[in-house]
Amino acid sequence: MIPELGQLALILALLLSALQCVLPIVGAWRDHRPLMATARPLAVGQFVFVGIAFGILTHAFLAQDFSVAYVAQNSNLQLPWWYRFPAVWGAHEGSLLLWVLILDIWTLAVAALGGKLPERFHARVLGVLGFVAFGFLLFSLTTSNPFARLIPAPMDGADLNPVLQDPGLIMHPPVLYMGYVGFSVAFAFAIAALLGGELQSAWVRWSRPWTNVAWGFLSAGIVAGSWWAYSELGWGGWWFWDPVENASFMPWLVGAALVHAQAVTDKRGGLRAWTLLLAIFAFSLSLLGTFLVRSGVLTSVHSFAADPKRGVFILGFLAVVVGGSLLLYALRARFVAGGKPFALASRETLILVGNLMLTVAAATVLLGTLYPLVGEALDIGRISVGAPYFGFLFMLLMTPLVLALPFAPLSRWGKADPASWKRAAWRIVGLSVLAGIIGWILGARGFMPLLGVTAATYVLSGTALYAIKRWKEAPAGKRYPLEMFGMLCAHVGVGVFIAGAILTRSLSVEQDVALVPGQTAHVGAYDFRFDGVAETQGPNWLAQQGTVEVSRNGEAIVTLHPQKRTYPRGQVQTEASIHPGVFRDLYVSLGDPIGPSTGPGGTNGEWALRVYDKPFVRWIWAGGLLMMLGGFCAAADKRFRVRREAPEAVVETPSIPTRPAEQNA
Amino acid sequence: MFCAITPAFAIDPLPFKDAAQRERFQHLTSQLRCMVCQNESLDASNADLARDLRHQIFEMMQQGKSDEQIKQYLVARYSDFVLYDPPLKASTMALWFAPPALVVVGGIVVFVLLRKRAKPAAQIAMNETGDDW
Repeated sequence: MIPELGQLALILALLLSALQCVLPIVGAWRDHRPLMATARPLAVGQFVFVGIAFGILTHAFLAQDFSVAYVAQNSNLQLPWWYRFPAVWGAHEGSLLLWVLILDIWTLAVAALGGKLPERFHARVLGVLGFVAFGFLLFSLTTSNPFARLIPAPMDGADLNPVLQDPGLIMHPPVLYMGYVGFSVAFAFAIAALLGGELQSAWVRWSRPWTNVAWGFLSAGIVAGSWWAYSELGWGGWWFWDPVENASFMPWLVGAALVHAQAVTDKRGGLRAWTLLLAIFAFSLSLLGTFLVRSGVLTSVHSFAADPKRGVFILGFLAVVVGGSLLLYALRARFVAGGKPFALASRETLILVGNLMLTVAAATVLLGTLYPLVGEALDIGRISVGAPYFGFLFMLLMTPLVLALPFAPLSRWGKADPASWKRAAWRIVGLSVLAGIIGWILGARGFMPLLGVTAATYVLSGTALYAIKRWKEAPAGKRYPLEMFGMLCAHVGVGVFIAGAILTRSLSVEQDVALVPGQTAHVGAYDFRFDGVAETQGPNWLAQQGTVEVSRNGEAIVTLHPQKRTYPRGQVQTEASIHPGVFRDLYVSLGDPIGPSTGPGGTNGEWALRVYDKPFVRWIWAGGLLMMLGGFCAAADKRFRVRREAPEAVVETPSIPTRPAEQNA
Repeated sequence: MFCAITPAFAIDPLPFKDAAQRERFQHLTSQLRCMVCQNESLDASNADLARDLRHQIFEMMQQGKSDEQIKQYLVARYSDFVLYDPPLKASTMALWFAPPALVVVGGIVVFVLLRKRAKPAAQIAMNETGDDW
């Protein structure tokens, strides 16, 4: 009975979302205040019913109600309660419900915090968000009902995929969805601006904090996914350019471009049409990612064609959203030159270079992800597009961006002073070369390690130069507004990420070894002594657990316990054991016994182990987290708090006097 | 988000001559696709086929075959699908040349628009008075 209530709640939420889409937009069109005023209560009501549905599904998992097909497929009696909770979003139907719930949380935030926006604009934004919710609720109810019954109920469920039984699962999807879905707010602002013909730059300032927060969450979600793959899959990699990863990376790239384009539009009034287009693209790519991951098209184009119901729905929805918004864009966006003029050498131009590279990078990831699918569908020969393709092109495309990065903050809006570029370039390049020499002395031999050290120093020293310049020039208390602090944070994150990505790749030592208990493997500068395997047990698994003593020059460092777990349905899952460190991770995962065993239980013979020395791998995630922090800090800046005054007040830029004599220092 | 992941990555100790050969092997197998998996490299896959192919590649390396020869052997058996680094041919022209073409076209569009819009540099006052943030 309770699951039917969940179904009913979803249907009610669908009806409310339909109203939330139509009434406020009609109200804004007719300038009818009571109709516009329905937006907020409808959004709250929709949130309440989706929340009820989500709660009921969670209850079904906690109570182990196997008469609900989704629960029966993704849980079983032995699953500990703390994994039953995230199991709610462990598969398709539930993660879709989570998608809608998070969309509603964003909608609620816009309803609550956007109260000072002009009434018609606010109503339109909530209406567009209602439309998105309507699409997804309809998708859920028609093709992916989480409350579908399984009668007669089985005695026990299948199991939650053991890969997903990890703390990473609790974090990764909700945070990632916060980012994914968060772009729907930037999208709704853009569509509301287009609908109302309000193409002044005011809407951009209102939407900037939302974009920054969404992008911050997306950064954190990607980091969580990467860390999870690293620690859970026992392969020691952190990024595979898998289509599922690419699906979240494309909106991230366009989102990064959008964050910067919005800054230009907000402060200088330029790039208005481009900013609108990026907001549409960022959300469209989020939808496309959902399509790729959810339709099954990745497993095989042909199996997708055999059961295309879900895929066709999302594709149709995607077509309506992308087609509709581009049509609106074509009708409404005016390509007039707006904003303050700028010279070729200016901050605007550098940001445009970054925007160009980020969008081309996103297009490249899209092309590489779709190319094999199109090839397969057209029967022109199957090809694979993987890390060598993406990695190569990505490095090439990011090079101009990284080169331009330190100079954008150091340049003036409107017109930069090339002499100051020259001075800054000397310092940055000098410091990078110095860091390269120090790196060489410390052991970074070879082209790639040196590239990592110098490129990271290039970005970090350039960012530091700007921070110092601000310290010298701006009056105390006004040196680092939160928005700028966010920029500094995120740019430092880029530098830290570059160091991590390139150094890990080029300095890692990976070795698969076969060891008998008592035997030692030398990997990198470390000795890994294998001390045998014992049985151990968890709440719902049995494991063989190895013991590996790690030492360096005879000095003990840590004892690692890699496991190989067997879950109730016989699924085997490796659990790598990792000794984390700021400068390196030591990583061991346990393979199979080799050859005939000599001891009882087959556990004292030779075992296969994978041993890793991974320098700087944490820097990859630290960089991503700094970027997240940057997005959050920038969003918290008080200049984004909407004031009730006339919109014109928002267009002008606040001015803080600086000491002119030191401006070019 | 994660229906595509198969657990249990391969751990497969092989008697390499030296570290250089091991690295060469790891690099090569990470660029080749396991034909029976969702999306895994030969390096990572635990499938029987992947294991057999790894051992075969190892043998070929011991016989002094180059990476190119090994790839050719695999392509002859399994088609280009086995290569994560798609070779440049008529059907992959768009894949390889679209990104640079986009950069060039985008760069020209940006440059022309800027030239058209930008006033002569002399007319733009340096933003002397206001805070330049």
